[in-house]
Amino acid sequence: MKKGLEGPPPEERPTPAGRRNKQGIRIDPEVEATHDPRRTVISALVEHEPGVLSDVSGLFSRRQFNIESLTVGPTEDDDRARMTIVVEEPDPGIDQVKKQLRKLVPVIAVRELEPDAMRRELALIKVAADDPAQIAAVAEMYGGKTVDSSPETATVEVTGARQKIEAAVETFSQFGIREISRTGTTALARGTDPTGTASATAQPADEANHDEPYTADDD
Amino acid sequence: MSERAAKVTPTDEEQDDEQITDSAAPDAAAEEPAADTETTTDPVTSGAEAVVRALENAGVEYAFGVQGGAIMPVYDALYDSDIRHVTMAHEQGAAHAADAYGIVSGEPGVCLATSGPGATNLVTGIADADMDSDPMLALTGQVPTEFVGNDAFQETDTTGVTTPITKDNTFASGSDTVGNDVSEAFALAREGRPGPTLVDLPKDVTNGETDREPDAPTVPDTYEVQERADEEIVAAAAERIETADRPVMLLGGGVIKGEASEACREFAIEHEIPVITTMPGIGAFPEDHELSLEMAGMHGTGYANMAITHCDTLIGIGTRFDDRLTGGIETFAPDAEVIHVDIDPAEISKNIHADYPLIGDAETVVEQLGEAVDDSPEAKKWRAQCQQWKSDYSMAYDAPKDKPVQPEFVVEALDEATDDDTIVTTGVGQHQMWACQYWTYTEPRTWVSSHGLGAMGYGLPSAIGARLAADDDQDVVCIDGDGSFLMTMQGLSVAVREDLDITVAVLNNEYIGMVRQWQDAFFEGRHAASDYGWMPEFDKLAEAFGAQGYRIDDYDDVADTVADAVAYDGPSVIDVHIDPDANVYPMVPSGGDNGQFALTEDQL
Repeated sequence: MKKGLEGPPPEERPTPAGRRNKQGIRIDPEVEATHDPRRTVISALVEHEPGVLSDVSGLFSRRQFNIESLTVGPTEDDDRARMTIVVEEPDPGIDQVKKQLRKLVPVIAVRELEPDAMRRELALIKVAADDPAQIAAVAEMYGGKTVDSSPETATVEVTGARQKIEAAVETFSQFGIREISRTGTTALARGTDPTGTASATAQPADEANHDEPYTADDD
Repeated sequence: MSERAAKVTPTDEEQDDEQITDSAAPDAAAEEPAADTETTTDPVTSGAEAVVRALENAGVEYAFGVQGGAIMPVYDALYDSDIRHVTMAHEQGAAHAADAYGIVSGEPGVCLATSGPGATNLVTGIADADMDSDPMLALTGQVPTEFVGNDAFQETDTTGVTTPITKDNTFASGSDTVGNDVSEAFALAREGRPGPTLVDLPKDVTNGETDREPDAPTVPDTYEVQERADEEIVAAAAERIETADRPVMLLGGGVIKGEASEACREFAIEHEIPVITTMPGIGAFPEDHELSLEMAGMHGTGYANMAITHCDTLIGIGTRFDDRLTGGIETFAPDAEVIHVDIDPAEISKNIHADYPLIGDAETVVEQLGEAVDDSPEAKKWRAQCQQWKSDYSMAYDAPKDKPVQPEFVVEALDEATDDDTIVTTGVGQHQMWACQYWTYTEPRTWVSSHGLGAMGYGLPSAIGARLAADDDQDVVCIDGDGSFLMTMQGLSVAVREDLDITVAVLNNEYIGMVRQWQDAFFEGRHAASDYGWMPEFDKLAEAFGAQGYRIDDYDDVADTVADAVAYDGPSVIDVHIDPDANVYPMVPSGGDNGQFALTEDQL
């Protein structure tokens, strides 16, 4: 007995000319149309309660979002904490990150910061103390200071944007780096522009969906 | 937002009742509970009573669960409540029954389990509700707070385990607040895009004293749901619809959950737009209507898949563009501008880019579109094309009388023997697809299945939940597979004890049939672990449970046996011995092109 149904086989059917890319966007096959990943800073105001950090980190891992750093700390309001998340994703991915974060019930507001937002990171760099004077000079060059010294080691604290920290680490490597600890980026919007408050909740989702202009890396 | 909040605040009458005990002077109220003759309920005295009161305030009528050590205080409080508790045979069944109750009634179904294994047994059902956005509230017992973290007996990190599969979950931290934790979880399960919520209840919290009456179910202030879509985008979408050459509407499960079936029907019929549904969207549009192309996707109809592939305007409503619907993204509706209506902003452009993102409640937005669209699209030729596809790719099947019974024939016989408002539940596999394809659905909330998770064993427990949510004069039929039925058939003990009128038809091919079909197509016919070759006699097993058993071997038995089983007042099981070689077609292989669906195995 013949198994199956009657009808024109696949090769006899008309096929449309169009195509979509992997992100579900219709493309002109002649034109390159995939989005490249970009790095951006997302700030989330959350309820200061147990489990929120694991909710957020769990969300990133199970949806395979590419996360570079995540910092969390208290805010001006005892009941609220702020998470600063640096992600690297194509535009549709960044859009998803924002919307999925906003869906978590303890997350109050989510915002992607402008390229000119203040972004800072703190690093503790422990190096061999063979040349304390030279270490102090390099620390000063990066606006840092020596916070601990022992006969064998010196530890320097440096704060700044990611590139500055990376440059400092590279310079300090000449002394022989023993250990490094970095905090990851924390950030605030400039001037009167709120980074995220309970009243100024997520931007209207309709707008959130429209493509945003490319923003440059860090400051 | 205030509209949403207003929806979940209690009626004035209820509020008055509450203020008697939850007033500025709680002590006085607690001492004089009988002062108001209209108060028929006693004030709460414990965390457990506050939990049950929260359910009562929410209007809960049924709860499905299994007893156990850590949840005992809640059950003790439930003992005095009017809520009818249905004791299930397994917690997975409790979760599926609650899920189905939510699908059919539209209100969150409630399930209970104890800590540890009770909670982990719920997990499949919670994950199912999460994938299908079904409203459900799970209450789990937990070891006393001071033991948490010590690996105590029957301790599992339930909130940790269920975080990725719940809309929200809470670890109850005190007897005074636990009532409101439950109220809020109930509201969250129902409001906006529905989903499962869970409250973990440590035994000291439920045993602890409190006189705090829980508030009516209310979502947290920070939970926002957009009801109306942006008018500018609505206007742009309306213009697109008016000028479309090849429009289709794609109705998903969100249409049913948003009570938008009627609005969608009016819109489609007024503007003569062909309608396709997703699997959860089955019932949103009558499948016997001329405009209906039925379900698209992996085992959708050929005509639905042709139409979705060739349309130039796709109006997707309440759908998340799941991979079983889209097939390969590259070839999904590649010529279509997509108008996407969804209450969840995160679904917009998640899988398929939305050219017209319309965020809001399905019914509200479809009505907005209805007002904005002045002229129907000129799509006469397109509609004729769709009708041509309907005849080119007919679902007609061969059923020679001298061969084993074809499953499609049995599904059609069941459909024929029952009224239009009959509720169908299924397990997962071939039988589920035949139930989609060969039953003609005409009403929302009559199709109950495990769509996103694909959980075998869903059929019988969901029939129990659906039965209790359905109207008394509605029939409930479970079309199951032999493999699926075997996973949760202990639920028959519940159906018999509770005297539930359900009819289970087991399409028995002694295979994990869908796996066998794939092995034939993609694994050179090597039937690894899919060939049972033997099954218990389900009719006799049913009799042993106290249900009515029937058996079908030949075509001649079908009509009469089906009629008898449906007429039987109580649980009945028909063991239908179908053609073991029957396959499900059409079929789009995983990641394939919908328009290139196979009609036979050699086309795969």
